[in-house]
Amino acid sequence: MFDWLQHFADWLIYSVFEFGAETHLGTALNFFVFDTLKILILLFFIVFIMGIVNTYFPIERLKDYLNRKKLYGLEYLFSSIFGAITPFCSCSSVPLFIGFVQGGIPLGVTFSFLITSPLVNEVAVAMFLGMFGVKATLIYVVSGVFLGTIGGWLLGKFKLEPLLSDWVKKILKNKTQNLEYEDENRTFKQRLPEITRGAWDIVKSVLLYVIIGIAIGAAMHGYVPENFFNQYLGGDEWWTVPLAVLIAVPMYANAAGIVPVIQVFVAKGVPLGTAIAFMMATVGLSIPEATLLKKVMSLKLIAIFFGVVTLCIIFSGYLFNILL
Amino acid sequence: MSKVIKILGTGCPKCQSMTAVIKDVVSENKIDATIEKVEDIMEIMKFNVMTTPALVIDNVITIKGRVPSKDEVLALLN
Repeated sequence: MFDWLQHFADWLIYSVFEFGAETHLGTALNFFVFDTLKILILLFFIVFIMGIVNTYFPIERLKDYLNRKKLYGLEYLFSSIFGAITPFCSCSSVPLFIGFVQGGIPLGVTFSFLITSPLVNEVAVAMFLGMFGVKATLIYVVSGVFLGTIGGWLLGKFKLEPLLSDWVKKILKNKTQNLEYEDENRTFKQRLPEITRGAWDIVKSVLLYVIIGIAIGAAMHGYVPENFFNQYLGGDEWWTVPLAVLIAVPMYANAAGIVPVIQVFVAKGVPLGTAIAFMMATVGLSIPEATLLKKVMSLKLIAIFFGVVTLCIIFSGYLFNILL
Repeated sequence: MSKVIKILGTGCPKCQSMTAVIKDVVSENKIDATIEKVEDIMEIMKFNVMTTPALVIDNVITIKGRVPSKDEVLALLN
């Protein structure tokens, strides 16, 4: 699929700039040009498709669906899937949270959405597709959705309503004022410019991270010896998964920057499951997100929320390492 | 009559670019309007929006969850 891009990278580096194909610098530059372009193309493509999905299924419509339909326990799964297809912006998590509980959606179902939304996002999916291929991406997406489902269901069992902030409890008491959802009637052609612009804006905003991430990755490829992690960090010892996850939770890294680095780890002997768990903990949970949620939840609730999700991620890390 | 424009958003990058677009449109076209940024989450929730940034013109929500183009804003303001 990307053969033509490889030809272009070969031509640019070896013919135009005349770096030797057998030199380290030449191959590193070739790798860098090829990877960067490939990922940017994938990124634009996926963000664009998600843009189309979002214009037809805006968040209000999804919420409305969860509200009206009787889903017999499947509401956690649906909420988690909806979380995956909505674009995530950390600053929207609080209004989303309030909007959901205000609409009478149970707290656990709301949590399903809140867990999956940052965990499975279009940028991370595009990066995964570019660096690890289709199979690993599918595992990542499916397990992310599954994790949100289980996490939300577990949190729903805990009866956490008393741990919400006072003003949120007040909102919960009069949740009758439901917002009517009105459909947009614009044609696809009318929506297209806005979708394209949106996709382009997202690609532009992560461009720098992609380039830095791939550059670090390319540099590390040459310097980190083969099987480095197996030799020094006990690549598949039992404690590597929890360690990787615990390091990643407070970290807030852009998916675009972190995936190329993780790819090097995997190439040098870290099991893919450990890498996916690390990735999930990085994008799914972070200190900035906790700070935002502080406005609607008590610290105790945030701790429970983060604790449950962390345990789920660790568990899935083990599961991948067994399965893969 | 002077229009009242409110921009709802907690200060994320998208909210800032929306503010920039609105300010540009208002000054370039010499529109008589006051621009107010609403950053307090409790105030934002009174408008019942679930995605930020949102644009409110004379107390009507016109755009939510995305950054509009200049032409779009101009059309909304006229």
